[in-house]
Amino acid sequence: MTTRIVELRRGILKKNDELAAALRERYTAAGVLVLNLVSSPGAGKTAFLEWTLTELRKRGARVAALVGDLETDNDARRLAASGAPVRQINTHGICHLDAEMIGKHLDGWEGVALGGLDYLFIENVGNLVCPSSYDLGEGIRVVLLSVTEGEDKPLKYPTMFNSADAAVITKMDLAVPCGFDRWATLKNINEIRPGMRIFETSVKSGVGMEAWLGYLEEERKARNGAGRFWVI
Amino acid sequence: MHELSIVSSVVDTVTETVAAYPGARVKEVRLRVGALASVVVDSLEFCWGIATEGTALEGSRLVVNVLPVVMHCVPCGKDVELEGVQSFRCPKCGEPCLDLRQGRELEIDSIEIDEMDEAEEKI
Repeated sequence: MTTRIVELRRGILKKNDELAAALRERYTAAGVLVLNLVSSPGAGKTAFLEWTLTELRKRGARVAALVGDLETDNDARRLAASGAPVRQINTHGICHLDAEMIGKHLDGWEGVALGGLDYLFIENVGNLVCPSSYDLGEGIRVVLLSVTEGEDKPLKYPTMFNSADAAVITKMDLAVPCGFDRWATLKNINEIRPGMRIFETSVKSGVGMEAWLGYLEEERKARNGAGRFWVI
Repeated sequence: MHELSIVSSVVDTVTETVAAYPGARVKEVRLRVGALASVVVDSLEFCWGIATEGTALEGSRLVVNVLPVVMHCVPCGKDVELEGVQSFRCPKCGEPCLDLRQGRELEIDSIEIDEMDEAEEKI
């Protein structure tokens, strides 16, 4: 017997990273800005997206959404009320979306061509841990955090907050009854991702939503559909 | 938790690799995992036995090398190691750091195998 060391130096998620890179190229070629929305369960991703899809459509933008969920299609049905094409991805117990699932659902999506879209939103499975490891080829990763959650969420889930491009604080209409510590939250986000754009919003009162739409428009124009680039 | 799927992916890759060394036994698999990789090392180890059962990796040891976060600090003009993942500021000058140089790795570094010698193969 001879003992041998075999060097591999291979990324464990290499397959996902390669598929994501191919998706990013497709998005760029199609000129569509893709946003990956991540949060813990119950942070308000679906309500936030419902509002966003409805409002963008009113303003003439061409939008669509892919919605990840463990089992139900409840979120897809809610989002479809906006009039935008919505496709459900059931992960059947898997706690995150991956690039392969996105690719499969983009292919054969009747009536939807990437080239005919301005924005594609991907609502990830509610989970602040695992989705952070899976690149979906998105242009912008948006992390949502509601005022009913702790101010220390960014410190508890640093990978997700550090890998995001923008943060959205939701349910601001509940800030006072919940005793939401705004300054602590902003400070914590800024410790984990210094300088990240933060939107303080409520779909009930409408606060902060115009700023959010302005950001989308700005980013779409600036990138002209170009993909986001990973630091490593 | 996605540790089991990560471990399964490691088992697949290593199985493919050792196919090139007939009769070899895998003794050790070494991973490099960044502090920001969103992976719980204990869970990886917990899944290892289950995922390797009945494969060429059965009985092998999993060694996880956790890498600290390294950022590039612009004012200091050099790479700095963060003490934890609770603050992305340069530990020397206190300025915010945006340029991540290490910490998201999730890779198989190397494997150690016991290979059959030619003489043994003939027997």
